[in-house]
Amino acid sequence: MELRPILATLRRHKVILWLLMLEIALSCAIICNGVFLIVQRLQHMDMPSGIAERELVQIQQAPIEPPADRFARAQEDLATLRQIPGVQAVAMSNQVPFGGASSNGNVMLSPTQPHPTLNAAEYFGENLVQTMGLQLVAGRPLRPDEYVNADVVIKALADGNDKGFPMPMLVSQALATRLWPQQNPLGKLLWLAPTASFRVVGVVATLARANAYNIATAQYSMIIPVHMGADKDQSYLLRTRPADRQQVIAAAVAALKHADPTRVITHMRAYDEIRSDYFKDDRAMAGILVSVIVALLLVTGLGIVGLASFWVSQRRKQIGIRRALGATRTDILHYFQTENFLIVTLGIVIGMVLAYGLSLWLMLHYELPHLPGIYFPVGALALWAIGQLAVLGPALRAAAVPPVVATRSV
Amino acid sequence: MFGYYLNLALHSLKRTPILTGLMVLAIGLGIGASMTMLTVLHVMTDDPMPGRSAQLYTPHLDPLPLDHKRRGDSPDPTDDMTWPDAMALLKAHRAVRQAAMSGGSLLLRPARADLRPFYVAGRYATADFFALFGVPFERGSGWSAADDAASAHVVVLSEILARKLFGTGTAVGQTVHLGEHDFRVIGVTADWAPKPLFYADQTGTQYSDADLFFLPLSVAVDEKFQVNGNQSGWVKGDDNSLTSANMSWLQFWVQLDTPAQVAAYRQYLIDYSAQQKALGRFQRPPTNAKLYNLMGWLAHENLVPNDVDLQLWLALGFLFVCMVNIVALLLAKFLRRGGEISVRRALGARRRDIFVQLGIESALIGVAGGVLGVAIAQLGLWSIRQRPDDYAKLAQMDVSMLLGTLALAVLASVLAGLLPAWRACHVPPALQLKGG
Repeated sequence: MELRPILATLRRHKVILWLLMLEIALSCAIICNGVFLIVQRLQHMDMPSGIAERELVQIQQAPIEPPADRFARAQEDLATLRQIPGVQAVAMSNQVPFGGASSNGNVMLSPTQPHPTLNAAEYFGENLVQTMGLQLVAGRPLRPDEYVNADVVIKALADGNDKGFPMPMLVSQALATRLWPQQNPLGKLLWLAPTASFRVVGVVATLARANAYNIATAQYSMIIPVHMGADKDQSYLLRTRPADRQQVIAAAVAALKHADPTRVITHMRAYDEIRSDYFKDDRAMAGILVSVIVALLLVTGLGIVGLASFWVSQRRKQIGIRRALGATRTDILHYFQTENFLIVTLGIVIGMVLAYGLSLWLMLHYELPHLPGIYFPVGALALWAIGQLAVLGPALRAAAVPPVVATRSV
Repeated sequence: MFGYYLNLALHSLKRTPILTGLMVLAIGLGIGASMTMLTVLHVMTDDPMPGRSAQLYTPHLDPLPLDHKRRGDSPDPTDDMTWPDAMALLKAHRAVRQAAMSGGSLLLRPARADLRPFYVAGRYATADFFALFGVPFERGSGWSAADDAASAHVVVLSEILARKLFGTGTAVGQTVHLGEHDFRVIGVTADWAPKPLFYADQTGTQYSDADLFFLPLSVAVDEKFQVNGNQSGWVKGDDNSLTSANMSWLQFWVQLDTPAQVAAYRQYLIDYSAQQKALGRFQRPPTNAKLYNLMGWLAHENLVPNDVDLQLWLALGFLFVCMVNIVALLLAKFLRRGGEISVRRALGARRRDIFVQLGIESALIGVAGGVLGVAIAQLGLWSIRQRPDDYAKLAQMDVSMLLGTLALAVLASVLAGLLPAWRACHVPPALQLKGG
């Protein structure tokens, strides 16, 4: 296809040409960054928790009368829950991955360190590995006889007494790699307070935090052998077959109520709900971005249809002359398709520069990573496709112009 | 003349229904999407206390030790106030009105046999709270400073809670068993919940909370009631009791009516901090003491989610693309009418007439686009209301936003039509007539 006549024609419509290119460039910039933002959100939503999500249910309760011995009460409740048919394992935990309400500790690699190395989630509760379905990749799980009641630990810490420390603990693989890169974490010591030392006895593959805002630190977790005792911030976790979850929830609530009719059940849900609740903002934002991009492509397409129609009707006579001079319908069709391709390509070139600038601005204001190069072709392909699609109708109408038009005066 | 131009415009639009439809659709989509986002932002940054917010201020002191380091993601302890500071500011009585407050959830055991015990969220406050914020009462009233001093077990219920507990009967004078203590109901507030709940601690959920009861702060401290929100202690080994001088947990608001009062109060905060520093309690410069007005506090607390902000930029970018699109389409449309314009010019129409004629045509497209835009925005807001976010329920378009949408559409299309109209009316008549 000869480009020169196309370029010559376009030079006669500079203003409209520039407007169209500007529109395509802006759409291109927004689409490149928009698709990137969507992918970011989707990645965030895909964050692994490390637990058997489909097999867990959570029940949270608040006692109206504080029990005389909250530790004994927790053990009684756990024993009750273990009897429920279909329950494979039970545990009490102070938090769950993506649960929102979190408990975290500042980790130090020496007791005299002035500033903590990092902040990590503290999971308290017996039998968590088995109940949550965590994967132990090194060392051993925590033994029941290693567990200590929370009041004992709190008193020891308040008195500055280091009796009972170092306590054994499990860490997540991500935390182990961050604290002791290229080393065997088993047997290593860390401190959560100057007198509170812990020895790593096992490593779990993955365990996400309850407040996993930042993807980089989302997997820094520790499991500490402390019994928290029954109170409103603890939850009972029950592992069961996916199909039995609702039944188990109903049976567990009934059993807990039977044991203490005055207590209030504040939460009862399958783990799926926790996850979908935690990532609802990401889902909503991804949805909004998708609709903006679709609308943008639609509007750009509409603009191209309108202008192409205008050009076709303006050039009916020339098209007729070309047809009369021997151009085939295909030639005319290709003419308009090539013209559109040329304009869109020019727009995309400007759009790439804009996209890059927009990405820099977003990085500055929204803590986003750099726009990877892979997203530039995405925007280009989308616009080429919408351009060709939009011009097809007007181009077909142009191709249908009969040669006889050339002989008419107006 | 206007009627004639309107006629011409309608005629011209009818002649090219596809192009006209495209333009209306382009404006409608752009305006609709942008207005959806703008409405969300508008309702979120709206004044929670219209007419009163200009007089409301919140003082903030800095009692932190010099070597205190704040972790990146933890709340700022100076956002809240310690008990001794709050009591000192209350006693000093330097503002027109002042109140200290904090939120809490308490177990409520209803007297009615058919209601199970439940947890209810409310506010512990000092006596001025009701007058300070202008809380409307349905019955009864708040408590007095004397009740504060005596830790009187009195409570004010919200209308919703009163109805739940006592049905249509009078609640005032009844007893409520709250947090394992008996309280005498002395007032029932009308439905009242500022949005956002600016006086609550920022770690609470700001957009869905409403206080269902109010009781004296002194009672909450005496009975060691549970407190919602952030409690930041900064001394290791401190007992972290509610009355500790080393733990902040209270919110404090004052009413200041004139700029002179504001300046005087600001000075008072600095003097107070200097005095505390002289006593050895504060370590940081007294000028760290701050006084925020209500809207300034909302901005300081970033009460607009980041996502909404990004959505606004998306909406504006989108609107801009649509504007460019409209300019291009109108330009194409008007330039094509070179022949018609030339005939009118040759017959004596002035440039101004052509300009007005084309302007009216653009405005007509704008009105149609605006109506479509309002419809699309209503659809968008409806879909946002389906979201589970706290702020989603507030996404309603008010009259000013509705008129704003229409005005924006007309303005956008008239502006977009200016360039094409200007170009079209500069076509030399003779040239076009010959060329045609």
